[in-house]
Amino acid sequence: MVVCHLIRKQTYFDSVTLMLIGSQVKKLDGIENAVVGMCTDYNIDSLKRLNMYQPEFDGLTPNDLIICIMGKDKATAESGIAEVEKRLKSRKQASGASAELPPATQEEAARRLPEANVVLISVPGEYAAREAAQALNNGRHVMLFSDNVSIEEELELKTLGVSKELLVMGPDCGTAIINGTPLAFANAVRSGDIGLVAASGTGLQEVTSTIHRLGCGISQAIGVGGRDLSEKIGGRMTIMATRALAADPATRVIVMISKPPAEKVLKPLFAEFKNIGKPVVVYFIGADPKMIEEQGFVAARNLEDAALQACRLSNKKQYNSEMADSEIKKLADNVKLPAASLRGLYSGGTLCDEAQRLLQPVIGEIFSNTPVKGCKEMPDVYKSSGHCIIDLGDDNFTRGKAHPMIDPDYRSERLVQEFADPSVGIICFDVVLGYGSHPDMAGEMVGAIERGRKKSGRNPILAACICGTEEDPQGWQQQKARLAEAGVSVFPTNVAMVKFVQHCLERK
Amino acid sequence: MSKLVSFFGQKVKVINLGIPSFAEDLKKQGVEVMHTEWRPPAGGNKKIQALLAKVEAWQSKVKAGKGAR
Repeated sequence: MVVCHLIRKQTYFDSVTLMLIGSQVKKLDGIENAVVGMCTDYNIDSLKRLNMYQPEFDGLTPNDLIICIMGKDKATAESGIAEVEKRLKSRKQASGASAELPPATQEEAARRLPEANVVLISVPGEYAAREAAQALNNGRHVMLFSDNVSIEEELELKTLGVSKELLVMGPDCGTAIINGTPLAFANAVRSGDIGLVAASGTGLQEVTSTIHRLGCGISQAIGVGGRDLSEKIGGRMTIMATRALAADPATRVIVMISKPPAEKVLKPLFAEFKNIGKPVVVYFIGADPKMIEEQGFVAARNLEDAALQACRLSNKKQYNSEMADSEIKKLADNVKLPAASLRGLYSGGTLCDEAQRLLQPVIGEIFSNTPVKGCKEMPDVYKSSGHCIIDLGDDNFTRGKAHPMIDPDYRSERLVQEFADPSVGIICFDVVLGYGSHPDMAGEMVGAIERGRKKSGRNPILAACICGTEEDPQGWQQQKARLAEAGVSVFPTNVAMVKFVQHCLERK
Repeated sequence: MSKLVSFFGQKVKVINLGIPSFAEDLKKQGVEVMHTEWRPPAGGNKKIQALLAKVEAWQSKVKAGKGAR
């Protein structure tokens, strides 16, 4: 094996672009490994771990780009570098298509678009708080997609945001729909009178998409980040957002989705909800619904139920699940599992969490890399055994790689691996559509299914849920057809898919 | 809450710092967006960044002081 490298000083690209290109080039013939990244501590560590570090990398800064390829020979490694350069060039052309050079700083961008009212930040975490503070100080709302922002910085930013009545969505906020505009990972949904506040990105995507498919619409979907209801942050953004939705004439129903709040936050939060004067649907994932109902709010049992309840309150009529239980059961009755174990390969963390919670009481021992109460930690996250439900978007799998909603490579590889396990009878997975997501995740999964079948000669039962809408760039029906043609049973929600899995496992 | 509620009625116009595809998606939807070719400040030099942060903190204190007068 030969390692070749190229350094481009003072050439900056965002990590997602670089990780995707690295992962695509790694798939080329004769290429063993590819590290394409800015010269950050993390990338330096990776290069050392992979025995690809070169003395020329000493003294480089995070503004310098490294392309480092390990190939079967020099010519292959060099052709890998050329391929990376080609892809970077076309990337640059796509983002800077206008005649004018793009601005290099937030100040310059604000000079060119002074009426901008939202700053969407996805820069590395260590720089994110500084940019967010600048945006707030200039009177702009913030969506902080970046992770690795400390809780102290979050507290400071949210205190500043509340004092200026500006939204601070995040950190680690992947999803928002503000004034009808989907930001980052969000779906194309109809405008309507249901306003949502949520700590969970895929949770928000699942509920807003379901509301849309049921025929209702969204006024605002505000992601507040996973720590907003912690004791330290005290629900600052949740409270500000719900107060605004309460006063918003376009919002008639409010939905709250989060892990259960810290005890000290729960009381003031419920007190806020009582002052709203509009129906409130609450889904505290994993909490006892009675605790919510006793306070006079509508408790949702799961994400699908949150959408159904919100639609019912919005239109004052009963809404049923898109797929009736009888229909799901009938589908499962026609299925015979070739073996006993379940493998769930999720890209959405909250969907993975939901599947564990619904299945654990019925099917017993479940392993996960993100186990909920009653489930067990996987001894090795890279090797499944027994029933496993895995969140492939968790840190274990995304260090140095893009999220599985953007980059399907590891999930595809894992699917092929699960096919080969003779104990596997059923594999389920999510396909999350919308802006930000992969343009054809169903196609990628079908490719992996075909490889898995060919390599293993096995045919486990396959089930998928598609989170999204027909109006999403990928098109719900088109993605469904692609999966169905490959013999996958397709469900509109995670809950429906999990019910199918449960029936199949119970029949075994 | 009137300021935030009145924002709810407005068109979203975005400054994008970081992942370019977020700006491209917004453009496709007809949203006005200014994508920034962001890079770490001070050429990624941590010492100069720390000094810059001190200057910025001082500037915002001065700005706040002026506002209070």
